[in-house]
Amino acid sequence: MAKEEQDKILNEVTQSDYKYGFSSDIDTDSIAKGLSEDVIRLISSKKNEPEFMLEFRLKAYRHWLTMKMPEWAHLDIPPIDYQDIIYYAAPVQKAKLESMDDVDPEIRATFDKLGIPLDEQKLLSNVAVDVVMDSSSVKTTFKEALAEKGIIFCSFSDAVQDHPDLIQEYMGTVVPYRDNFFAALNSAVFSDGSFVYIPKGVRCPMELSTYFRINAENTGQFERTLIICEDESYVSYLEGCTAPMRDENQLHAAIVEIIVKDNAEVKYSTVQNWYPGNKDGLGGIYNFVTKRGICEGVNAKLMWAQVETGSAVTWKYPSTILKGDGSSSEFYSVAVTNNHQQADTGTKMIHIGNNTKSTIISKGISAGKSNNSYRGLVKVVKNCEGARNFSQCDSLLLGDKCGAHTYPYLEVHNKSAKVEHEATTSKIGEDQIFYCNQRGISTEDAIGLIVNGYAKEVINKMPMEFAVEAQKLLAISLEGSVG
Amino acid sequence: MSIDTINNDFADLFEQGKSLLEDNSSKFMNTKREEAVEYFKKLGVPTLANENYKYTNLVPAFDHPYTVDLQYRTVIGDLNELFYCDVPELDTNLVLLSNGWYYNQNRELDIPKGVIVCSLQEAAEKHSEIFEKHYGKYAKPNEEGLVALNTALAKDGVFIYVPKNIVVEKPIQVINLLRSDRDLMATQRNLVVIEENAQAKLIFCDHTLTHNKYLSNTVSEINVAKNAVFDLYTLQNQHLNATVLNSVFIRQEANSNVLTNTLSLYGGMIRNNHYTLFDGEHCENHTYGMYLMDRQQHVDNFTFADHAKPNCVSNEHFKGVMDDDATAAFTGKIHVRRDAQKTEAYQSNNNLLLSENAVINTKPQLIIDADDVKCSHGATVGQMDDDALFYLRARGIHEEEARMMLMFAFAHEIIEKIRVDALKDRIDELVEKRLRGEISKCNTCAIACNQ
Repeated sequence: MAKEEQDKILNEVTQSDYKYGFSSDIDTDSIAKGLSEDVIRLISSKKNEPEFMLEFRLKAYRHWLTMKMPEWAHLDIPPIDYQDIIYYAAPVQKAKLESMDDVDPEIRATFDKLGIPLDEQKLLSNVAVDVVMDSSSVKTTFKEALAEKGIIFCSFSDAVQDHPDLIQEYMGTVVPYRDNFFAALNSAVFSDGSFVYIPKGVRCPMELSTYFRINAENTGQFERTLIICEDESYVSYLEGCTAPMRDENQLHAAIVEIIVKDNAEVKYSTVQNWYPGNKDGLGGIYNFVTKRGICEGVNAKLMWAQVETGSAVTWKYPSTILKGDGSSSEFYSVAVTNNHQQADTGTKMIHIGNNTKSTIISKGISAGKSNNSYRGLVKVVKNCEGARNFSQCDSLLLGDKCGAHTYPYLEVHNKSAKVEHEATTSKIGEDQIFYCNQRGISTEDAIGLIVNGYAKEVINKMPMEFAVEAQKLLAISLEGSVG
Repeated sequence: MSIDTINNDFADLFEQGKSLLEDNSSKFMNTKREEAVEYFKKLGVPTLANENYKYTNLVPAFDHPYTVDLQYRTVIGDLNELFYCDVPELDTNLVLLSNGWYYNQNRELDIPKGVIVCSLQEAAEKHSEIFEKHYGKYAKPNEEGLVALNTALAKDGVFIYVPKNIVVEKPIQVINLLRSDRDLMATQRNLVVIEENAQAKLIFCDHTLTHNKYLSNTVSEINVAKNAVFDLYTLQNQHLNATVLNSVFIRQEANSNVLTNTLSLYGGMIRNNHYTLFDGEHCENHTYGMYLMDRQQHVDNFTFADHAKPNCVSNEHFKGVMDDDATAAFTGKIHVRRDAQKTEAYQSNNNLLLSENAVINTKPQLIIDADDVKCSHGATVGQMDDDALFYLRARGIHEEEARMMLMFAFAHEIIEKIRVDALKDRIDELVEKRLRGEISKCNTCAIACNQ
């Protein structure tokens, strides 16, 4: 293919703008900028929280004050002024809504633009959606159907009001507030999130889904998700995000905690497509997430699947602690970076129980002037017999100004462990494109085909609804791709 | 003792020993020395907080009242008589160092005209033009505390110069003998300059001749010019009380070919820093290493392949076998810089754990800023293949013996890369003995010494 043509296509890709950029005008109830103990007290009182929550927040805040922002990641982040952020914003709401018609038409229009017809979804796709719009739960659907089975699926704030015993027992057990800088920040100021409880022996009949959106200007969104799966239960949880276009960087620091007990199984899927900033690297979301699950019981299973295409900066390592004997975990990830995006993402697999297994498949695709890093840890502790891990981290480079980096850490303290890691870095083969061209497939389509094939292993692991969206996102992120 | 006390002690040593350190050293070295002292004050001895030293705690190794020789100490007895290398058919140019200092009664060498092998001190005075062109240019005292420490204390070591178009057939073998009646910290600084189209093979051996506690901090700078071919074999075989800190900085010019093989057979704590800078196109580099560790030994191999220019090929392979309470770490960094297109870089690290308490930490890393590259890395940790074991058992081979055969085959993959036949055979033999536990129980040097 001619060099100019390649450049032209490359230009098109790297200049394609964010398609989901719009912001909806909803009245928001915000508090003043800045962070202090008073702000935390105010958040806690606005949310009408019990005493133990306020104590937890204050402890976390005091600890956060002693911490420094981590600098080890392969990321170039301008200093963040934590006093220049509004820590609480909730859409103004009159009363709890019972039917779809009661939902603010503005909000509904927003979701329609995103192609998520909430009302149709309810009927057709059998998906319960707990919508988080700027930190406060707007609407929970299918709640009653789930309640029949004893499943609790509600916003974190509701859970604090209705099930304080469960929150007190499990919150902070997987990601303690001391864990890291952003976890401490989140623990201090988190506004809302989702709560899932699956009782013993129950198979959740539908995919649980939450759409997080960052909406109000200058609002950091700090949500917190807690999923508890009792013995022999099963749940598939979907998390998807798109955010409107903004010029200023928005901070996002979330925590996800998952507890999986004996023979239970959790699938956690994410599609993340927050605003990545414009072509010149201006604006975009800073995404600092701590996601961790613990396979507490025997033969527990936890699967992470993620498609990351958005955010200016991504700092995210969904991890699993394999504590129960025979427990297993899988991590599938596709991370796409374009323009000036930076992603440092990966996983941690901590093998503690005997005969635990983990699989890591990570696919990085970098274009433009972006940097994409895989950073992962596989740790086998001394008394863990028969651990098995397989990791594969591939990087695909589109363009000569981008970077792909791999930082795996393998720490093995037991001789019976079998740990394998392999990684490759390459660009799309000219021969592959030629092969497609020869068969009448345009270069653009060929790239799409190859990239989708490259990511297929991961996308296949996602639930149907997400797989479709994920493929769309890949196509948008790398539209009319390169050779 | 805390790390601050150790760093302060060194700072005091630079202060008090200044005149002794500068005495007998060239002005050029002393200028570098002064810079390095300042760098060291900033950096200090690397601690666990340093990501590159995450798995190796140097503080206990440094926390000991070592003697530091700031001047050449006269050797009692004739080292040539005391020590000889008994590797059969290994005909080398033997150069002896005593505690890092060039031995003043080294025998005459059989080397082509124009080739210089002498002490670093002598080179700084007599061959100042070559010396000053290269000394302190490749090692980075501003980035690495150990290099700063070495540069601040360095007075001697070996200097090798191979002029244009000269091929040195006979390998040059540099043996550093650690022999002292007190616990000693040795500082050795080497400079190797291989000019265009020249060829040479170098073997570095370290031996401990007495049972004292040793800490040796060695830095070698090697420049390999256009079309030159250079081999470096490093044999590490000390006793359990020895700490070896060995940093090698290689700069390759266009079309050069370098092979290094680092064999760690025995030693209390070993840390190898191996830097390769590809500063010309079409370079070829092979970096190999093997470590056989048992008891409480610790080995940490850190490698950094810096692909600054396009069209270079690098191939890296490290293998290790850990037994008893041995711990090992491996860090392999490949950095392909922007515009270093058509780079091929491969890296692999395989480990066998034989006992309950053995530990391996491995970090193979790729940092890639160019798109038209072929890079891969792999790391494995495991035990012996049960099928292979069964195959051998089915043919009437005793389990012990079968394991030995598999282990030996595992290690042989690295040994066979040695391009000096006599050395290869000898290492094969050594490794076999070592794996059978025959040598590991002996605390004196293994290659051979008649003590």
